[in-house]
Amino acid sequence: MANKAFQRVYTQLEAITKATVSLKAKGVSNDELATVDGRLAQVVKTKGDLVTLQIFAGTEGIPTNAEVAFLGEPPTLKVSDQLAGRFFNAYGQPIDGGPEIEGEEREIGGPSVNPYKRKQPSQLIPTGIAGIDLNNTLVSGQKIPFFADPDQPYNNVMAQVALRADVDKIILGGMGLTNDDYLYFRHEFENAGALDKIISFVNTTEQPPVERLLIPDMALTAAEYFAVDKNEKVLVLLTDMTLYADALSIVSNRMDQIPSKDSMPGSLYSDLAKIYEKAVQLPDGGSITIIAVTTLNDGDITHAIPDNTGYITEGQLYLRADPDSGKVIIDPFRSLSRLKQLVIGKQTREDHNQVMNTGVRLSADAQNAKTKLENGFDLSDYDLRCLDYAKEYATRLLAIDVNIKIDEMLDTAWELFGKYFTKAETGIRQDLTDKYWRQS
Amino acid sequence: MKSTGKVTGIVSNLVTVETNGPVAQNELCYVTCGDTRLMAEVIKVTGKYAAIQVFESTRGLKNGNEVEFEGKMLEATLGPGLLSSSYDGLQNDLTTMTGVFLKKGEYTKPLDETKLWDFTPTAKPGDNVVAADWLGEVKEGWLPHKIMVPFAFKGEYTVKSIVPAGQYTINDTVAVLTDESGEDHDVTMTQKWPVKVAIKGYREKPRPNRIMETGVRVIDTLNTIAEGGTGFIPGPFGCGKTVLQHAIAKQGDAEVIVMAACGERANEVVEIFAEFPELIDPHTGRHLMERTTIICNTSNMPVAAREASVYTAMTICEYYRAMGLKVLLLADSTSRWAQALREMSNRLEELPGADAFPVDLSAIISNFYARAGMVVLNNGQTGSVTFIGTVSPAGGNLKEPVTESTKKAARCFYALEQNRADKKRYPAVNPIDSYSKYLEYPEIREYLSEKVGKGWAEKVEKTKNIIRRGKEANDQINILGDDGVPMSYHDLFWKSELVDFIILQQDAFDPVDSLTPMERQEYMLNLVLDICDRDFKFEDYEKCRSFFQELINILKQMNYSEFRSDNFNRYREQLNNILNENGK
Repeated sequence: MANKAFQRVYTQLEAITKATVSLKAKGVSNDELATVDGRLAQVVKTKGDLVTLQIFAGTEGIPTNAEVAFLGEPPTLKVSDQLAGRFFNAYGQPIDGGPEIEGEEREIGGPSVNPYKRKQPSQLIPTGIAGIDLNNTLVSGQKIPFFADPDQPYNNVMAQVALRADVDKIILGGMGLTNDDYLYFRHEFENAGALDKIISFVNTTEQPPVERLLIPDMALTAAEYFAVDKNEKVLVLLTDMTLYADALSIVSNRMDQIPSKDSMPGSLYSDLAKIYEKAVQLPDGGSITIIAVTTLNDGDITHAIPDNTGYITEGQLYLRADPDSGKVIIDPFRSLSRLKQLVIGKQTREDHNQVMNTGVRLSADAQNAKTKLENGFDLSDYDLRCLDYAKEYATRLLAIDVNIKIDEMLDTAWELFGKYFTKAETGIRQDLTDKYWRQS
Repeated sequence: MKSTGKVTGIVSNLVTVETNGPVAQNELCYVTCGDTRLMAEVIKVTGKYAAIQVFESTRGLKNGNEVEFEGKMLEATLGPGLLSSSYDGLQNDLTTMTGVFLKKGEYTKPLDETKLWDFTPTAKPGDNVVAADWLGEVKEGWLPHKIMVPFAFKGEYTVKSIVPAGQYTINDTVAVLTDESGEDHDVTMTQKWPVKVAIKGYREKPRPNRIMETGVRVIDTLNTIAEGGTGFIPGPFGCGKTVLQHAIAKQGDAEVIVMAACGERANEVVEIFAEFPELIDPHTGRHLMERTTIICNTSNMPVAAREASVYTAMTICEYYRAMGLKVLLLADSTSRWAQALREMSNRLEELPGADAFPVDLSAIISNFYARAGMVVLNNGQTGSVTFIGTVSPAGGNLKEPVTESTKKAARCFYALEQNRADKKRYPAVNPIDSYSKYLEYPEIREYLSEKVGKGWAEKVEKTKNIIRRGKEANDQINILGDDGVPMSYHDLFWKSELVDFIILQQDAFDPVDSLTPMERQEYMLNLVLDICDRDFKFEDYEKCRSFFQELINILKQMNYSEFRSDNFNRYREQLNNILNENGK
C-alpha cells in the first residue's frame, strides 16, 4: 500500500466527520483505496466531483489540508503458502515481526461462487462435544455462529473445536478481540503445535473499530486461496461478529443513512450474508467452513444482529449456563445445525436421528416439569423422572467439557432412556428400540 | 436512436446518470465498467438525471463512464426449455456459465437456441387468433408445451401460414400471422415479456374452486390451500420454513413448479440441485427436475437482482398458466426482496415508512400476490398459478411491515412458531393462529365434501376445536396443578396432544411419513376423531397420560408404515385392542 509514482494528490478537504472525509477529485473509481494524511481510506460515495472516503483508522487529527492520494485499486491481500503460521493486522500486514509475504495480490471481497457449481456439503466435522456432534452436527462447508452472552467461554470452545477438527488450515479473523483473548488464541495454537496450519488476522480493542470491516474479507480471501487454489479444507473462525456489525453502523451513521431496526444499517442482512456465504463446498474437494461468534445482550436473539445472522447462517450454537448441572451447555432447544441431516444416519449410526430428537423432547418435558415445580405444584412420577433425566443428560451429554466419540454419545443416550423411561414414553420407532434399547 | 448518458454519482449500486435523451421508468441500461458492461434499471428520473440500480457490484466504476439505454424494460425470455433450468434473478443460465466464481458482466442465454424441438401445429391457415391463443405444441419432457401467439400482439390476427410438423429451433419461424391492417408478423417458439407486467390473455379469473394437495397434513387437512390460491409462511429462523417449502416443492400436486430462492442461503439451492434430479414426482412418476425451474438469487448475489428474481419467476409461471397448466410458485423469502427495496429506497434518500421500508411496500406486495390465481383461457380451459411465499420477520415478531402487508394480500396463513420448533414439533405451524380463508368458500367446502369425505370441512373445524379446548385445558392445568383440575381437563388435553402428534406433526425426513396423500389423511383424521369422541375412565391423571402416550406411540408407528401394509394393519389391530380394553 505504499505510495506509487504518478498518482494524483489532493490537499483540500471539503468535509470531515468522525469516520469519513469528502473532497473534490476527478477520475476516482468506486471502492478504490486512498491514503489520507497517511491513513488508509476507501471510496464509498461519489457525487459529481465530490468524493467521500471512509477512513479506517478514524479521522482524529486530520486537517482540512491533509494530503490525499488515490491508489487506483480496491483493498488487496498478497496470497501464497507463506501465509501459513503468520499473524496479520486488518490491512494484511504482519504483526508477528516476520517478513512481508510474497505472493499474488488479490482483491478482497471478491465475487461469489456460482451456486450451480457448489457441491452439497457431506463431510461431518467431529468435535467430541456431544451438544454439537449429537444434537447439532457440523458439516464441512457450513457456516454457523455461537450465540453467547459476553460472559460465556465462547472463544475457548471455538479454539477447542478448531483444534479438534480435521482440517488443513485454520484462519482466525479477530474483530475487537481483547489483547488477553488474542494472546489466549496465540497460546492455544502454539501449545497444540498447530501453528503452521493457522493464519490470523487480528484487530484488537486497542485498534480503531472501522478497521474491523476489513478483517472478514481478509480472512476469507486467504481462505479462498487455500480452498480454491490448493483444494484444502479450511476452517475460518470469526469473532466477534457483533463488533463487526457495530462498526458497520458507525460508518452508515456517519454517512447519514436512515437506520433500520436497532440503529443498524438497512443493508445489514446483505452485508453479513456476503461474509457468511463464502462458506462453500467446492467441486474439487476444497471447502470453507465458517464458525463465528455473535455475542448477545442478555440472551436477546431478537436484536437485529443475531436475528439477521440466524437467517443467514446454517444454524446456531447457543451457549448458556445450566443451573441444574452447574455446567456451561450447548442449549438443546435453541441450537440448530441445518446441515446435520446431510450426515446424520449417513455417516453416523442409523439410530442417530431418533435418539437426538427423543433426547431433546424429553428434556423439554423436564422443562415443563420445572415450570410446574416453580409454580408450587406436586410433580408426577413422570415429571420427577424427567427432571432426573435432564440433569444427567446435561452433565453427560450437553456440557461443553464432554469429549467422546459419536457412537459413545448415542450409547449414553440409550442408557439414559432405559434408566428413566419406558419404550412407549420415548416413542422411538420399534425396529430401533428392538436393537438398541438398554434396560438398566 | 437509443439514449445514452454518463455516470455522475455512485453510492454502492445506486448510480446517477446524466442522460442526453428520453428514458423510461424501469428502462434497462448497460453501464461500462472497465472492459465489462453491467446491467442496470432506471428507478427514478429527475430532470436529465436518471437514478439507476446496477444489478452487479459497482467496484471500479468511475464518474464519466458511458451508459447505454436499451429502450425496453427487464424482460424474461419465454419458450420451451425453461423447465429443469437454473437461472439467476436476471434469467442468466447458471449452468452454462464458465468458472467456479460468478464473473461480473457475464450474461448467458436463458434458452438453448440450437436444440431441435418436435413441433406439431394445432392451428391452421385462416384461423382467427389473438394474443395467447395456441398455435401448436412441442413436448417439453412429458408436458405439452404450447406455442402461443405472443402476448405482446394487440388485436386480432389471421394465421397466414404455419409450418408442418417437424423439428425446429426456438428461433425458427413456425407461423406467419396477418394483423388487421394486412401486415405480416413472424412467430417463433420464443417470445419476451417485461417481468414487472402481468401476462393477461385469458377470459376471466374465477374464484378458486378446488384444492391443491401438498401431502403436508397440517396444510391439507387443517388449512387447505386452493389451486390458484395464495398463502404465506412467516416464521423466525430455525422454525423450519425452508424444510416445509422444500416438502411442498417435492410433493405439491402441480404440473410445473417454479422455485424462487430470493436472497436466501446458497446451500439450500444446492440441496435442490443435488436432490431434485434424483427424486421422483409422486404424482407422475417422472423426475422432479423435469417439472421444476429454479430462479436463484442467493443472499450473496447482487441485491438489486433479488427484486427482479421474484418477478422473473412469476412471469415464467404465468407463461405456463397460459398453456392450461397447474403451476406452483414458491418464493423464499419475500422479506429479502422487501429488504432489497429498503436498501434502494434508503440510498435514494426517500422518506422512510415503518422500519425504514419504503411507504409503498404494502402496495408492491399485494400487486405481486394478485398475479397468482386460476384463469379460464380464451379456449375455455383452465390454468392456475398457486403462490406460497415465505416471510422472515425480524426478531420473529409478526407485527412488522412485511408480515403485515403480506397478511393483507395472501389468503392462507401458516404461522411457524418458535415454541413448537423448540419442542421439535415439526412442522412448527401454529394450529390455532393459522388459517385458510378458502375453507370459508362454499365451492371449496362442496369440493372437499365430494372429493375427500362427506362433511370434511366440519370435521376440520371439529379438529381445530379439539386443539383449542386442549390448549385451554392445558393452561388450566398449568395454573391449578394436575390435582387441581377435574379429570376431564386431562382428557381434553391429551386428546389435543393426540391430534398434535398424529395429525399435525409430520417427519419430513421419513420416506413414508413425509408424504401423506389425501386418502390417507382422511383415514387418519377419522381414526383420531373417533378416539376423541370416546369417553374414557381413568383412576388418576397418570393413568390418563400413560394411556394416551401408548395410543400416540401406536398411531405414530402407523404414520411410519406404508398405508394399509401388514405392519400398518397390525398396529391398527393393536390400537383396537387397547381401545376395547379401556374404552367404554
